[in-house]
Amino acid sequence: MRVELLRLWAGFVAVLALTLVAEVFVDAHPHFEIERLYAFNAVYGFLACAGLILAARAIGLVLKRKDDYYDE
Amino acid sequence: MSSLLLHPGLALIAAAALLAVLRGRSRAAVALAAPLAALALAWRMGEGLLWHAQFLGMDLVPFAVDRLSRLFALIFTLMAFAGALYALNQARRVELPAAFLYAGSAIGVALAGDLVTVFVFWEVMAIGSTLVLWSAATPAAYRASLRYLMVHLAGGMLLFAGVAAHVLQSGSTSFTAMRPDTLANVLILAAFLVNAAAWPVSAWLPDTYPEASWSGMVFLSAFTTKTAVYVLLRGFPGAEILIVVGLAMVFYGIVYALLENDMRRILAYSIVNQVGFMITGIGIGTEMALNGAAAHAFTHILYKALLLMSAGSVLLMTGRRKCTDLGGLWRSMPLTAACGFIGALAISSFPLTSGFVSKSMITQAAGDEHLFAVWMLLGAASAGVFLHAGIKFPWFVFFQKDSGLRPPEPPWNMRLAMILVAALCIGLGVFYEPLYRLLPHAVDYVPYTAFHVVAQLQLLLFSGLAFFVMLGWLRRTLTVTLDVDWLWRVPLARAARIGARALGDTVRAAEAGAGTAWLRAGQQVRRAHGPFARTWSSGAMGIGVVAMLLALLLTYYAY
Repeated sequence: MRVELLRLWAGFVAVLALTLVAEVFVDAHPHFEIERLYAFNAVYGFLACAGLILAARAIGLVLKRKDDYYDE
Repeated sequence: MSSLLLHPGLALIAAAALLAVLRGRSRAAVALAAPLAALALAWRMGEGLLWHAQFLGMDLVPFAVDRLSRLFALIFTLMAFAGALYALNQARRVELPAAFLYAGSAIGVALAGDLVTVFVFWEVMAIGSTLVLWSAATPAAYRASLRYLMVHLAGGMLLFAGVAAHVLQSGSTSFTAMRPDTLANVLILAAFLVNAAAWPVSAWLPDTYPEASWSGMVFLSAFTTKTAVYVLLRGFPGAEILIVVGLAMVFYGIVYALLENDMRRILAYSIVNQVGFMITGIGIGTEMALNGAAAHAFTHILYKALLLMSAGSVLLMTGRRKCTDLGGLWRSMPLTAACGFIGALAISSFPLTSGFVSKSMITQAAGDEHLFAVWMLLGAASAGVFLHAGIKFPWFVFFQKDSGLRPPEPPWNMRLAMILVAALCIGLGVFYEPLYRLLPHAVDYVPYTAFHVVAQLQLLLFSGLAFFVMLGWLRRTLTVTLDVDWLWRVPLARAARIGARALGDTVRAAEAGAGTAWLRAGQQVRRAHGPFARTWSSGAMGIGVVAMLLALLLTYYAY
């Protein structure tokens, strides 16, 4: 199981790396200058998701209730 | 009379009446043939103002066709077919006729050339969808349906007031583009946004849809919110407030879905999220943006239906809906898992799926207009879609831990429906030209450039990395997350109970001190007016309202 998990992770990381390599060979036609930064979309996607998970955590601390909260 | 059946929506409503009395094979035949016939009608109907009518001195156009209305009539009839195929083995016999009434009236809105017709079908839609909810026949669904009906009848009142004032002010009933610059138009916009599940009145959707039956939610997800997108596309293109509203919905949907444990409520929040993308596009308002919003409504109906068919199959075969109870189901339900996965890829806008060719037009439009902040937020939101729906749903239901459950695949008709819709989700992603040709404006856009594909893959796959790196923070808990509807479900409900009790006490006290002329007069009134002077329960009032609306509809078409 552990080996299988490691293999899955290795495969995933390889695909991630492939998208970064591919960017080198692609003609950019960006709307905004920020898109010219190397790996912009990779970094932005990761940070956006990390931010969203943190935001959800914070909101959950205040607004989460047991799931029978509304049951009479 | 028979010419009425040339209207695809009325044809479906007529089929609903047939389905209510038929049984067995003939019922199945009508259930499948009627939506296909309506689809053919929608494909072949000519453009222009097809029907004219007079009602209370107003000029009405109950049947008007242009590119935009045809697009929505096509996807609504197609969805009615896929939904009917999926729901063939639904034991509750009310659901399918209710769903056809609901779908038919949604088509009625899409083909309405005037605001009065929009209103009539709008209300029938509320009734049809409530009946779909009721057919789940659980106490929870019933309670949810009352909350649902209350929100939608309130929205209907806003629409009625807005339309009445708009017709008085402008002297015209015709349904064309408006600006939210008069109170009348603002009321109409507000009513449309209630049905779009715009924040802050978004809670009705995740509150009620997941209480529907395993097949009911497939229908519910398709029509109400997308009809709202249609009327916003026609009524308020380029209204800038919609950019703000849309972006709020996008992020609301993501955050709430991340906190959610019920698999179908995750997907309900993601409806709000996806409709947010469409509404943002409508707010941007360029031809590219409006095309994108319309195309996204079309593709979204299909991939959200696919996701809900997959979830519905799990619900039917296991009886469970919480992520904490599920996991590892790919072992015994590989087809359901694969179809759910295709739906997840499409909602995430992976290249070669339908979501990619539609959503990218909205992002492109934001870039073309140099709306940097909007463009950045849409990018973050696209990453968030993969996070909350694209990975979270398939992961927690089909993989994650082994729950020990080994349910078989669902019956053949449900499998067939899933395969059909999955094929469309991939097909539209690869052969997107036919969809682009149906859009309201001419399309000058190529979705597949190497740059665009690589950028999207980076964005999505690194979102996936964030999901798995932070998986510990996403562990499911047995919780719900409070929403704006808490205001009327707890404090307002409590205040109403206290108020009612205080009122009752006051009345009793007054009656105890009888003998006053006031009370005698009151008794006189009650005696004179019999049952009408009694206080009725809100449930009885709801039925009364439904009856009145149906009577209104009948007089409208019977003249």
